Amino acid sequence: MSGMVDVVIVGAGPAGIAAALEASAQGLSVTLIDEQPAPGGQIWRGVEQAQGAGTLGQDYVAGADRARALRASGIDYRPATTLWHLDEAGVASVLSSGHSDQIEARRVILATGAMERPVPIPGWTLPGVMTAGAAQILLKTAAAVPQGPVVLAGQGPLLWLIAQQLVAAGAPPTLILETRRASPVATALGHLSGLWRGREWVAKGLTMMRAVQSAGVRVVTGASGLRAEGKDRLERVTWSGGAQHAATLLLHEGVIPNVQVSLALGLAHEWDTAQLCWRPRLDAFGATSETRIAIAGDGAGIGGWQAAEARGRLAALDAAHRLGRLDAAQCDALAAPWQAELGRALAIRPFLDALYRPAKEVLLPPDAETIVCRCEEVSARRVREAARLGATGPNQAKAYLRCGMGPCQGRLCGPTVAALIADERGVPVQTVGTYRPRAPYKPITVAELADG
Amino acid sequence: MSGWGAIVIGGGLHGLSAALQLGRRGAKVLLLEADRVGAHASGASAAGVRTLGRDPAEIPIAVAALEMWRGIAGLVGEDCGFVQSGQVKVAETEAELAQLGERVAKVRALGWEHEEVIDRAELRRVLPAVAPHCVGGMIVRTDGFAIAYRTVLAFRRAAEAAGVVVREHSPVRGLERSGGTWRVRLDGGVTEGAPIVVNAAGAWGPRVAMLAGERIPIGYSAFMMLLTSPLPPFVTPVVGATGRPLSFKQLASGHVMIGGGHKGTGDLETGTYRLDIDRAAYSARTALELFPALEGSEIVHAWCGIEGVGEDDLPIIGLGRSEGLVHAFGFSGHGFAIAPAVGEMVAQLALYGQSNLPVAPFNPFRFS
Amino acid sequence: MFRLRPEARAAVRVTVDGRDVSVPEGASAAAAVLLAGADAIRQTPVTGAPRLPYCMMGVCFDCLAEIDGVPNRQACMVPVREGMVIACQRGARVIDPEAA
Repeated sequence: MSGMVDVVIVGAGPAGIAAALEASAQGLSVTLIDEQPAPGGQIWRGVEQAQGAGTLGQDYVAGADRARALRASGIDYRPATTLWHLDEAGVASVLSSGHSDQIEARRVILATGAMERPVPIPGWTLPGVMTAGAAQILLKTAAAVPQGPVVLAGQGPLLWLIAQQLVAAGAPPTLILETRRASPVATALGHLSGLWRGREWVAKGLTMMRAVQSAGVRVVTGASGLRAEGKDRLERVTWSGGAQHAATLLLHEGVIPNVQVSLALGLAHEWDTAQLCWRPRLDAFGATSETRIAIAGDGAGIGGWQAAEARGRLAALDAAHRLGRLDAAQCDALAAPWQAELGRALAIRPFLDALYRPAKEVLLPPDAETIVCRCEEVSARRVREAARLGATGPNQAKAYLRCGMGPCQGRLCGPTVAALIADERGVPVQTVGTYRPRAPYKPITVAELADG
Repeated sequence: MSGWGAIVIGGGLHGLSAALQLGRRGAKVLLLEADRVGAHASGASAAGVRTLGRDPAEIPIAVAALEMWRGIAGLVGEDCGFVQSGQVKVAETEAELAQLGERVAKVRALGWEHEEVIDRAELRRVLPAVAPHCVGGMIVRTDGFAIAYRTVLAFRRAAEAAGVVVREHSPVRGLERSGGTWRVRLDGGVTEGAPIVVNAAGAWGPRVAMLAGERIPIGYSAFMMLLTSPLPPFVTPVVGATGRPLSFKQLASGHVMIGGGHKGTGDLETGTYRLDIDRAAYSARTALELFPALEGSEIVHAWCGIEGVGEDDLPIIGLGRSEGLVHAFGFSGHGFAIAPAVGEMVAQLALYGQSNLPVAPFNPFRFS
Repeated sequence: MFRLRPEARAAVRVTVDGRDVSVPEGASAAAAVLLAGADAIRQTPVTGAPRLPYCMMGVCFDCLAEIDGVPNRQACMVPVREGMVIACQRGARVIDPEAA
């Protein structure tokens, strides 16, 4: 067991770094653990050594500053360290270089970020099908771009950002299948105030779309009925009304909070009807229903990196207050600018959430043979059968089919399994609940556990 | 009040099995489950079907139950994943092997012949992957295991087919007997009535008993299980150890399940539990020492089942002090295998006041 | 199938299923697999289906590979090192997926 620290922070993305810097500035002892080998989280992946960072945009450059500040701070930062169990008392079991260790902390800030929403289309397990974010990570960390015809399919700001980055990197996609249904104009009319406050953001988005289209990339709008086809690897992407030979299919339907740890801890969550995902129930500083544990960043609800930084700062200030380093007035005074920043960053979200609301077929695969659980290879049909046989929620389906019990622990099938059961039972998805993930949050070998 | 013949409290495997047998005998049964069917010990069980190494008091039930497992599809409409893989208890030292020999002799003296002692060579034959230090063991070749949650759902469907009404999320708040009827008080001012109540509330059994004014002081534990990712087939029988807690098996799908009595911490108020990482580590060490090939395999899942545990590690099965009350809970971590037979015993006790199988050792009031 | 951008500095040499490939420092073992043009990084234990990395961020576990002799490592989370040996994990076994 390492010694007791004031705060253990899980995740070194925008929220985790901000929380660590603020907590340290307030005199708290901090241990920052992160699965990745270097700081930055997903948005700033590989930011310390990015080759050709110029093609990745201004937001990426901001990350380099944060990484430098973290390195200069003297904070106990542990990269390549995976949290595999956390208990309510603040004891974190971590795995690093094949050894298990425990860190005891007075407070915990989870900054585990977001993941791309699963897009369970027929054939999505074929080699050659990836998330759009995966292609971006390959570009950022390995200066690698797809070879052969690339189809980008889905919707959302990240889809266009990646398209633009691929164009700039000399590997433009062959085709963009945009699945968006909402009309931008009609959606905008419903969200005028947020749109005004987020106008720079929107302008940036339009620039990206123009850059992609002027590079000659073919765009099909309103695409539906996507399928990835091929024998042992992707050969073709088809949709209602078309087909395209492809070597790579990059899927993206937005991002959702990575709630694996907060669900495993049994913290209170609520269904976000705008973002169609579960998120932890938090107070204004990110405190959860277990007061020792706070959540910051996109794991608190999708808001982007500026919101994540603000939430990280707020969670750290709250920790300093609860540990007696700041009185309530000091804490509030320091928090005010970050609360304002958070408000600014979140203003555009209702518009984006409405504009990029995923289609029903993304949430609820219509093809019965579509693989839902990639790990245990469980189809939509089998989940529906289990629901008919009495599996009333995701945990019952898990016990019955072992879907969600593979190494990914239900991260990729959880939303879909819940939606299928809800549909089969004719009830809203939020009423069937979620998987209750269990430790280990990431697999640990028998030898590593035995060693602990 | 809707004129039930019996109310079963608890939707674990034992409650469902009792409800099924009562239903088959013509009773109109309401089953009340505070959470969801199979939410605790039953759904979380390692699902061993074991006559091996049973306390002599349990042997007649376990043997009768094994017969029922062989025909489980006839009872509940599906095979519940039951396989007769055999069960082996491994001896790691000569002293342990001698202890097993005495045990088998004692059980044979009682007239039971299902267990046999095996030597080092036979142990290697049935368990080629076992660590070289193991010297022999005790085996029941006809034992096996099933799949826990599939079994629970199969019993539920069979019970419902027999007319049982299963009501989930229905915790019982009060139990009063008047005029030959139990009044079972639920949330929201609802009361149900029946002449017979079966308390099959598992770890919550003592609380339900207390509602009827009966003190049955047993404890509870959160039994911990570990599951690995799928591995190539390397172990057929279910494996236990003699000198330390272990239950180890490989499923048809390749996953290895490691359990055997290590405990986390359960909370009866919330129905939640916490893993005990140190005990899980101990469990992993034991598994690794007996099966060194496990070294690089990954644990993908760990969980606990909250279960009632008697001081003598035996269940509570028997009539309550009040008329029309039957207790069947506290199966102490080894109730899964005997559930089909205990369901019959409970139905017999409830309807006829006695059971074909001996219940005296399970007297609910033996601790008070 | 992936390729390096022309200006990339591929300084780290690794082998993927016996094939030599040079990749930039900071890349993951999963990136090396994609750059090597491997058909699969693993076969699923249930049906033996081929997989390549899907999420590249530690979520999907489709990049489990044997790295320097250690099986079941999330290749997307392991940075490449000079001389690293990455092998496709062939977990294929024919079993009945309906069996629980």
